[in-house]
Amino acid sequence: MDSLLNSIFSEAFLSPIWVSLKIAIIAGIIVILIGTVAARFFARKQFRGKAVIETLLMLPMVLPPTVVGFFLIVIFGKNSWAGQAITWLFDRPIIFTWWAAVIAAIVVAFPLMYQSAKSGFLAMDRDIENAARVDGASEWKIFFFISIPLASKALISGSILSFARALGEFGATLMFAGNIPGETQTLPIAIYIAIDSGNMVMAWLWVIAIVTLSFLMLLAVRVKE
Amino acid sequence: MANLKLQQLTKVYNKNEIAVKDFNLDIKDKEFIVFVGPSGCGKSTILRMVAGLEDITHGELFIDNQKMNDVSSKDRDIAMVFQNYALYPHMTVYQNMAFGLKMRKQTKTEIERRVNEAAAILGLKPFLHRKPAALSGGQRQRVALGRAIVRDANVFLMDEPLSSLDAKLRVQMRSEIISLHSRLQTTTIYVTHDQTEAMTMATRLVVLNHGQIQQIGTPKEVYEQPVNVFVAGFIGSPAMNFFSGSLTASGLKIGDQYIPIPAGLLPQNSSQDIIIGVRPEDMYIESATPMFHTEIEAVELLGADTMINAGLGDQPFTARIPSSIAIEPGQTLPLSIHLNRMLFFDSQSKNRIF
Repeated sequence: MDSLLNSIFSEAFLSPIWVSLKIAIIAGIIVILIGTVAARFFARKQFRGKAVIETLLMLPMVLPPTVVGFFLIVIFGKNSWAGQAITWLFDRPIIFTWWAAVIAAIVVAFPLMYQSAKSGFLAMDRDIENAARVDGASEWKIFFFISIPLASKALISGSILSFARALGEFGATLMFAGNIPGETQTLPIAIYIAIDSGNMVMAWLWVIAIVTLSFLMLLAVRVKE
Repeated sequence: MANLKLQQLTKVYNKNEIAVKDFNLDIKDKEFIVFVGPSGCGKSTILRMVAGLEDITHGELFIDNQKMNDVSSKDRDIAMVFQNYALYPHMTVYQNMAFGLKMRKQTKTEIERRVNEAAAILGLKPFLHRKPAALSGGQRQRVALGRAIVRDANVFLMDEPLSSLDAKLRVQMRSEIISLHSRLQTTTIYVTHDQTEAMTMATRLVVLNHGQIQQIGTPKEVYEQPVNVFVAGFIGSPAMNFFSGSLTASGLKIGDQYIPIPAGLLPQNSSQDIIIGVRPEDMYIESATPMFHTEIEAVELLGADTMINAGLGDQPFTARIPSSIAIEPGQTLPLSIHLNRMLFFDSQSKNRIF
């Protein structure tokens, strides 16, 4: 029993949890902001090529995580212009850093937020926004005082779902951010490594931690609906 | 208070679907203009162009002699009542009415004063702290009106505001809107597909069909002198009867029925084939010298009046007669038409010729 308690409060157990939480929170905030704005934009505007862009945004949801990882390496790798720009700006490449894990989490979590937010914005009576327009509200005020409150249910469940997805991200993160303990070793990666090295106690503890967290979040979505 | 000028307003969707074509109208200050027509005739589209919620494809819109085409909704100083009320569901009745004033940076005391005043006029005082979901349909309608009147805007736009109320409430709200207008005197454009609403509310009405103006006039003008078959059939309830017939030197032939008519009451210089329009109330029972006899097919008691369905020269018609006269289906009745109220339309162009 003592050894179990020691394990729970050990740095080795807590570190991947903190790494995962930090990554998921930062990625979650960015996804919620970008996802909400993008969803509102695409829910209201019609233009040529819209379907293609939306499909591209949704693609990470169905692609194998290794494919997402592959593209992240290609796009942000040392030889790409984006990778070189980052190296020039920050004096080091982004690949195998904490920020790489955040980017991977953003890409896979974005579609969930986007889809949920968009259905929220599509479901509302557009004349309510028009009423605010006639009432003298600017487009930003309409967005903040009308659209967001009216879509709040969809926005909250989208936020929880995308946060949970960011927390569970494994494949693309491993490929793009690597497995650096204390920096990019997230919970899912730590579980994989623990099983691989036969450390079943730690694997169990981490599994219980992430199952509990994910269960509570999905439960929250259910209750909200 | 404002006047409006709509010049050749045109709306085209997807490059070739014409919703409104060359709409011209001058609206004077304090007028209550009603746009009436069947659904899909473009009336709501015009209203939304005036509101700035739809772009104007061609043409120009002036409010108080200022061109408004490129002015955004929020800067047009208009207030609008929407078909489904479009209340802000997450705000209380008070907040709903205060929103527009807040957006226009009114002081808190001024907002309070105006909202309370509007609430008193509309009988909403007891509900100020409720949300729209906790209100009845009629109360929501009043909130929508309240939200418009607190603004003290230059122009009121109303898009079928009564269409989702039940019949009794509709009649009541109709007269409330009329008395509101006579009190506030704000220039108003009111859109409806209901010709009764149009007739009872309008100072002038604009009859629309297929995105084009059919006729502009006072309710009386449009009712008594419709310019074409569409207007004649659309305005009036029950609708006007139309018979296709031909002119002779001394009367009319409708099917095998001949009706003698004094020369002065017949159109001159028209082609032989014409359409004759007769309102149901312009037919009456006359035993002495009836114009024709007809067998009654159906009888509908409306209260003071009875509607009878019958045929003239094999063409069906409806006539309105007082209920004091007992009539049974199958009975043969002697009928006449008020000759000076008959309307004549060209059978080709469908325009009224006499």
